[in-house]
Amino acid sequence: MQHNFYVSLLVLFATIYTVRALPLTLIRREIKNPFIQSFLYYVPYVSLSVMTFPAILSATASPVSGMIGFVAGVILAWADGNLFRVSIGACLAVFLAEWFI
Amino acid sequence: MSEAKRWFFRGMKDGVPIAMGYFAVSFTLGISARKAGMSVTQASLMSALMLASAGQFAGISMIASGAGILEMIITTVVVNMRYLLMSSALSQKVRRDKPFYHRFFMSYAVTDEIFGISMALEERLHPAYMYGAVSVAAPGWVLGTGLGSLLGMIMPARLMSAMNVAIYGMFLAIVIPPSRKSRIVAGVVVISMAASLAFQMLPGLKEISSGFQIIILTILIAGAAAVLFPVQTEKEENDHAA
Repeated sequence: MQHNFYVSLLVLFATIYTVRALPLTLIRREIKNPFIQSFLYYVPYVSLSVMTFPAILSATASPVSGMIGFVAGVILAWADGNLFRVSIGACLAVFLAEWFI
Repeated sequence: MSEAKRWFFRGMKDGVPIAMGYFAVSFTLGISARKAGMSVTQASLMSALMLASAGQFAGISMIASGAGILEMIITTVVVNMRYLLMSSALSQKVRRDKPFYHRFFMSYAVTDEIFGISMALEERLHPAYMYGAVSVAAPGWVLGTGLGSLLGMIMPARLMSAMNVAIYGMFLAIVIPPSRKSRIVAGVVVISMAASLAFQMLPGLKEISSGFQIIILTILIAGAAAVLFPVQTEKEENDHAA
């Protein structure tokens, strides 16, 4: 494996980099098609939401503390919206919740 | 301070919660790299090059099992296919007045999290913002992997839980505030989470790998939203007027 490792890593790196770079470098122009424009507008909201829930419930020691972190994050994001504060606030909520559970 | 510098620092600042979350996740990654027989250097190098969680977990298990090159390519493409969508969205967000070569460097930084904060900007994306973010986030990722593979054991569970949530908190800070302003976005967010829950629970659907779930749901839901609620291109018109 030792001798083969760097070849494998190079293959993995080249593949993942290509996936990331293809659209960014091939789509040079402004897309005018209203459907594609709208589709791309919604992509971040859908993909990030899908990745957040229910994954957050299994990211912590128990689903209960995960749920507490989720609710805290939603409330903070609704009230405040600052990236850093929401993120740290959700961490603190989980930390405190697991302290008491 | 020059504009590029300002954007770089702003990216660094937004990269801090990402680095925290990365540290926790990559710690686990380091542990499995060690189990697969990789050295600390190898595990860290892999993280520095790939900067991907699911992609790297898959990579580690393929290296450990001695998979062939073709299998590595196909699996890596499938597991990371969502980056095609993210990179497409970024191609429209990036500023037009910056040299093209930036896109080759920006491509390295296309991760779920850096994509998220980049799209959340009100303004067009300045390459320096992504560079700032990745300059903080990537060291967190590499350091976590290195330490995980060196120590080979998990951090205190409570600390781990708290740090793991950093990334999810950040995602919420990206999707919730626009939901406050637009009922359509709010609906899209709620439906996405509900559908994702369904994919985790329902027999048949839950056999689908998480990378594939993300891409299927994104295409379906963003596609439906685009048909039902097309976005007006008012921003574009404003740009021309200005």
